[in-house]
Amino acid sequence: MTGDHDWIGLALNGARPRAVAALYRYFRDVDLAEEAFQEACLRALRTWPDKGPPRDPVAWLILVGRNTGVDTLRKRSRLVPLPSEDLLSDTEDAETDVVERLDTSHFRDDILRLLFTCCHPDLPATQQIAVALRVVSGLSVPQIARAFLVSEAALEQRITRAKARIAKSGASFEPPDAIERAERLGAVMVMIYLVFNEGYSAGQRAHGAALCVEAIRLGRLLLGLFPSEPELMGLLALMVLQHSRRDARFDAEGAPVLLDDQDRKLWDRVAIAEGLAMMDKAMRHGRPGPYQVQAAIAALHARAGAPEATDWGQIDLLYGTLERMQPSPVVTLNRAVAVSKTRGAIAALELIEPLAGPLANYFYFHGLRGLLLTETDRRDEAREALGRAIALAGTPAEAAHIRKHLDALDAEARSRRFRYP
Amino acid sequence: MLYAILCYNDETVVGTWSEAEDRKVMDDLMAVQKPLAEAGKLGPVARLLPTTAATTLRKTAGEPLVLDGPFAETKEQFLGFYVVDCETLDEVVTIVRDLARANPGTGSYEIRPVSFFNPGSATP
Repeated sequence: MTGDHDWIGLALNGARPRAVAALYRYFRDVDLAEEAFQEACLRALRTWPDKGPPRDPVAWLILVGRNTGVDTLRKRSRLVPLPSEDLLSDTEDAETDVVERLDTSHFRDDILRLLFTCCHPDLPATQQIAVALRVVSGLSVPQIARAFLVSEAALEQRITRAKARIAKSGASFEPPDAIERAERLGAVMVMIYLVFNEGYSAGQRAHGAALCVEAIRLGRLLLGLFPSEPELMGLLALMVLQHSRRDARFDAEGAPVLLDDQDRKLWDRVAIAEGLAMMDKAMRHGRPGPYQVQAAIAALHARAGAPEATDWGQIDLLYGTLERMQPSPVVTLNRAVAVSKTRGAIAALELIEPLAGPLANYFYFHGLRGLLLTETDRRDEAREALGRAIALAGTPAEAAHIRKHLDALDAEARSRRFRYP
Repeated sequence: MLYAILCYNDETVVGTWSEAEDRKVMDDLMAVQKPLAEAGKLGPVARLLPTTAATTLRKTAGEPLVLDGPFAETKEQFLGFYVVDCETLDEVVTIVRDLARANPGTGSYEIRPVSFFNPGSATP
């Protein structure tokens, strides 16, 4: 045990999702559950340094949180005065009782309910993510605001609005049946991947990485509760494999580095091992799904020691499978990259021509089309596509990347004119 | 005599360590191991991935069952181990105290004398 008490902070963070979820079941009110947990944490910070940590910190926090929450409710109705702190914190005997009742199946539905409450279909995706990060993960408002690049006031408002919506709609506290549970799990997985992508697409900013880490943590928490769900294994594998490249994805100036150009020595080998192990486990179930297929694609990249070693034929097939499971122009666009590697730029161009309508305003469509046109020597069209991509770029780094290709195209054209006047 | 030091902790808490915190703990643990290695007292050391990556094979009357997850649901999970060569149990306890100091928070260590040992030849 270290001399300072930072271990208490770590223990409280680790306990948070399970404790808040149980308190939510008890009080049926997200705000009250959060407040009660907060109060329990304050008491932990006061008593744990002297008494040492309780045998089961989660059960301790739930019990103390429940007592303080009941107090809050009593105070609100001005019925009885607040009991002394000694009485509330002296939980030695009661703890055993609570521990016995808090078996995994209880936690499972509690945590699923809390997460599912956050992804209420009436809430826009950004609000779902913000509420989940605040309530379940316990990230602070400034932390979340930095990750979203919005002001703290705006984020505070976003969370307040979302919570009001949740309170009005009322979650179901009946134990879910198997179908409901599966539906909730599906919605929660989508939300967790949204959190991850919010961080992943945020680029090099450290706060973006924090969201990825949080999403992975939530994925692990959920898989611990549903250990035999192959799609959950797929989701966790997908996130872990993508996150394994975090140190290689950007150069010193913060510009994105393409997969082919990344220094693979910077990839996190432990994370890759975890992702591959998860995929092996998932495959044994023989129940493929979209997350598993995407993870399998990420795994093929992770297994390749060098870009030339990438099994593009297999990736082409997997994107084909994904297209059948979840038809989307973006998936087809991704398949086109694999096709360009196996069958050449002309075949890839044929594949993406029909996407010109649906992806008219999509940066990556025009970027890829520009590169493919460059390869096939259709220079004027390439120039136009690359120009369009620059106009649609979401970040200066994206624009700069395409600009490099455009400049190369122009430079080559100039040298040609020079050589063949 | 060889002893195994088996490490248990709540993996959800270990999972909340930031990358920097994790690195610091690993560095501190390495500092404990270094003199042991130099004295020829340190055997294999392993840190395990989370139990979400675990698979269990359980023997049955017929074909063994292959199941997802760890063998048992427990509050603290088996997260890694050391093998050390020590003269006395007191010496092992001293080492484990040092390891415990380098590792923040809760958790426990089980010290078990080794009955059979094969150092193996796998080189990852």
